[in-house]
Amino acid sequence: MTEPVIELHEVSRRYDGGPPALDSVSLRIAAGEAVAILGPSGSGKSTLLNLVAGLDRPSSGTVSVDGVRVDELGEAASARYRRAKVGMVFQFFNLLDDLTVADNVMLPAQLAGMARDQTRQRAADLLGKLGVAQHSRAYPGRLSGGERQRVAVARALMNRPALLLADEPTGALDTASGEDVQQLIKDLHADGQTIVLVTHDLALARACATRTIQLVDGRVAADTAMNRVR
Amino acid sequence: MSAVGGVVRSGVGRRRVQTVVVGLVVMLAVTAAVLGGSLMVASSAPFDRAFAQQNGAHLTAQFDAAKATAAQVSASAQAIGATASAGPFATTIISPDTARNRDSEPMTVVGRADPGGPVDAVSLISGRWVTGAGEIVLFSDGRLPEFFQPKVGDALSLPDLPGSPTLKVVGTARSVSETAGGWVMPDQIKALTAPGADSGYQMLYRLASAATAEQIDAARTTLLANVPAESLTGTRSWLVTRTNSAGNTVLYVPFLIAFGVLGVLMAVLIISNVIAGAVGMATRRIGILKALGFTPSQVVRAYLAQALIPASVGAVLGVVAGNALTVGVLAQTNRLYGTSDTGVSWWLDALVVAGALAMVAITAWAAASRAGRLRTVDALAVGRTKGLRHGHTAARLTARLPLPRPVSLGLAHPFARPARSATIIAAIAFGAAAATFAVGLGSTLNEVQATESHGDVIIHPGKRMSGPPPAGLPTEGQGRVAGGPPSPPDPVAVVRAITAQAGTAGYSGEADTQVTVAGLTNALDVLAYTGDNSSYGYRMIGGRWFSQANEIVVSTPFLTATRTKVGDSVVLTDHGVDITVRIVGEVFNTEDRGLQILTAATTLATAEPELRAMSYSIALKPGTDKAAYVKSLNTALESVEATAEVAEEDTAEFIIVVNALTTLLTLMLVVVAALGVLNMVVLETRERVHDLGVHKALGMTPRQTIAMVIASVVVTGLIGGAIGAPVGVLLQRTIATQMGNVTGFTLPASVVDVYQPMQLVLFGLGGLLIAVTGSLLPAGWAAKTRTATALRTE
Ligand SMILES: Nc1ncnc2c1ncn2[C@@H]1O[C@H](COP(=O)(O)OP(=O)(O)O)[C@@H](O)[C@H]1O
Ligand SMILES: [Mg+2]
Repeated sequence: MTEPVIELHEVSRRYDGGPPALDSVSLRIAAGEAVAILGPSGSGKSTLLNLVAGLDRPSSGTVSVDGVRVDELGEAASARYRRAKVGMVFQFFNLLDDLTVADNVMLPAQLAGMARDQTRQRAADLLGKLGVAQHSRAYPGRLSGGERQRVAVARALMNRPALLLADEPTGALDTASGEDVQQLIKDLHADGQTIVLVTHDLALARACATRTIQLVDGRVAADTAMNRVR
Repeated sequence: MSAVGGVVRSGVGRRRVQTVVVGLVVMLAVTAAVLGGSLMVASSAPFDRAFAQQNGAHLTAQFDAAKATAAQVSASAQAIGATASAGPFATTIISPDTARNRDSEPMTVVGRADPGGPVDAVSLISGRWVTGAGEIVLFSDGRLPEFFQPKVGDALSLPDLPGSPTLKVVGTARSVSETAGGWVMPDQIKALTAPGADSGYQMLYRLASAATAEQIDAARTTLLANVPAESLTGTRSWLVTRTNSAGNTVLYVPFLIAFGVLGVLMAVLIISNVIAGAVGMATRRIGILKALGFTPSQVVRAYLAQALIPASVGAVLGVVAGNALTVGVLAQTNRLYGTSDTGVSWWLDALVVAGALAMVAITAWAAASRAGRLRTVDALAVGRTKGLRHGHTAARLTARLPLPRPVSLGLAHPFARPARSATIIAAIAFGAAAATFAVGLGSTLNEVQATESHGDVIIHPGKRMSGPPPAGLPTEGQGRVAGGPPSPPDPVAVVRAITAQAGTAGYSGEADTQVTVAGLTNALDVLAYTGDNSSYGYRMIGGRWFSQANEIVVSTPFLTATRTKVGDSVVLTDHGVDITVRIVGEVFNTEDRGLQILTAATTLATAEPELRAMSYSIALKPGTDKAAYVKSLNTALESVEATAEVAEEDTAEFIIVVNALTTLLTLMLVVVAALGVLNMVVLETRERVHDLGVHKALGMTPRQTIAMVIASVVVTGLIGGAIGAPVGVLLQRTIATQMGNVTGFTLPASVVDVYQPMQLVLFGLGGLLIAVTGSLLPAGWAAKTRTATALRTE
């Protein structure tokens, strides 16, 4: 097995007083894998993803990405870590409504201080590749759900992240748009992108993932390698 | 607990920042209003108030004890129909020396066992009242320079009396009616009367009608007819005292009132601003409450209570702070006006608190009822950035600016909510305007004060005295001291001393006399100058300074009274000699109520060949140590009846208070404006918390977050400052000019144009400073929000 990109060791996370949202989870994800985290609502999937993204810290245990202890990063360092290594896609898109599609997509690069021309070029390329170039000057409010998620994916890929983290990317979409996004993720993985996908949609997991991890009540209930349905 | 109560409790608790801001703002506003209101009360008709507080004597009469008995004098009160009277008090005239001072002014001493009484209730300024032999309380005029103020503990020796007794100063006191130079126990008068000298009685009357000179004259005539012939040696009308006392105080009054108004106005504007903002921004929560079944009136009640609870706490604290601050300020106005205000009037406290709370209630009610009337779905939609179209152009434009992205993102924020931004701009503009205005007004006041100092060092006639100023002996009409003014020092000796002194740049000698001018009934003061430069410190309004004999310089009231203008000729009559002079300049000069004439001594040479300079003004070369200069000059003046002192220290304490007041008000205004910004940025941040989470998920560092939040107030701060500073200047000019008009003076440019261009730029940028200061805390909070939590709020 190749060097793990993501390594969680005995990770627990409890929110004040309640039962642990994650309970002593250990797992390793290697470069090039497409992992689907499955589980019912409230089982800790988003919590896990947030820990990997450095948006949250574990109550105990360690989270490493590319050998860096994400759980020990300060606020500024974790922001820089996300900029460099992580692209995130959310269920409700989380596009900024007062920025145009292009401005949304360029934002991560701009925060990272990438040169203006380069940023513009890369955003245009991505939007073209994802088939939403015609909307680049529109505001997200005008777009359909599927189009918005494509824009969100473009934004996530802007800084060429080593990791693409997607939290229920099809959860807010109709069936057709959902399949559309499913295809997109498949294509990205085919290009070698490491992906961690949170979903409770088994079909999506089957279509995209090389491996599924089943969470129940914050614990890993199953970890299965998959033969993808082509 | 009722549903409304629950909402109020959680509202006050949860919206901690807002609760604190409302409380603080109300506290500061109430403090400012109490202070400002007290200043307004204290400055309204100060002489009349001081006179009323002391039950001033409308008519003061002096009797010859040899020609009338105490009983006859006492009976005169009933004869003239006085509503109240005091006396007869035994009087005498003493000529005291002090350790440092020989040959000072004669002074009227009145025997009074008690400073109080139905008429002329004298206020003790320091020390205590006399209780026995060898003690004296001296008259003190708070407006006089420190130099002239008598001090408790000083000793006055009386070499003219047998046995050369001494009197110990045990207190100083102020009589608005100016009835005496000093007070001793009644049984001491006999001992203080030189053998063969006249002793007298003083009688003080209050009259039912004493508003006009005719009424006073009528009382005087009746008095004359009802006492033994020739026993009445002098009378003094309170109207004369009032006119004399007006002096410069008249000029300060509008200023102090303006400060007061400023404080009150600030309170009104800021309270409504913050409350409306706070309630207006709770619209979404109000929508939720309504969705839960709250009626509009329950919503209104909940928000009224939510605003009134912190406001009441703030108001109470503000009243306490305001009263504490006011006491110190009143000590100064008392000094200036002779009033005896001891604290804030209870009705003012009540009025301010009631006013502030009423204002909170009204604005909260208006804002909450507007939100309560909103359709619930619309109210719920408020607070989502979705569907806001306003800011798009601005966002596109700022994105092009060659600035770091977080900054350009922040710059676009205010355009997303133009109405709210307008409110912030108004708050900032108000803060900047008020600060500009207050500082300008303070400068104007300082400049008015500066016009009174002519030269760096002044030489007075006579030796340095720690005794009382000339005051108190009532004589017919004028109210001057018996024994006349001090005699002028030897001019040759003085000039020799001045010119020999290292550091002298120039000097002038001033002789004062009186002339009459055709068309004016009263005699006018004239200052006749000798020396090489006489224009020290005078601010010209038009024309030029006199340069030869028969040229005069006058102030606006003179021109108004004589219906003349610069360039006209007028005839002065001095000791029966007519002198035709030309008015060559208009100057700002408040002496003699603006009627004083300034001219060269040579103008009066034929009429008064004996006229000699009474005092001297000296300008020093730059860098000269004033204190050392004065010390060495006084040594040189050893054998001359004259004393040098550093000029410009007059009423310095009062100016310090005005400056402190300016600083205090400005600070409060700025703090309140910054609190307004803080309040709004907190709400703005709360609304944008989800977007903030997104930004952070995309890699925005805490520093970038702070930059973004601060940038979001830059535009509003700049606009607010750009509007506020000019408005403040306009206000200051309007008030200053108005003040000149009211008092009949044209103000010189130095008094009106007090701002330096750089200063104006700074005041403009002050708006930015206020905005940035107000945004710092919320920016820090924004940087610290937990991203994962923020993202969950959908
Ligand atoms: N910020 C939070 N504060 C308190 N509890 C939380 C927070 N985030 C998640 N939880 C709780 O942790 C558990 C796991 O949540 P989550 O990771 O969002 O589950 P999933 O994504 O699988 O639906 C749930 O019980 C949820 O209520
Ligand atoms: Mg989830």
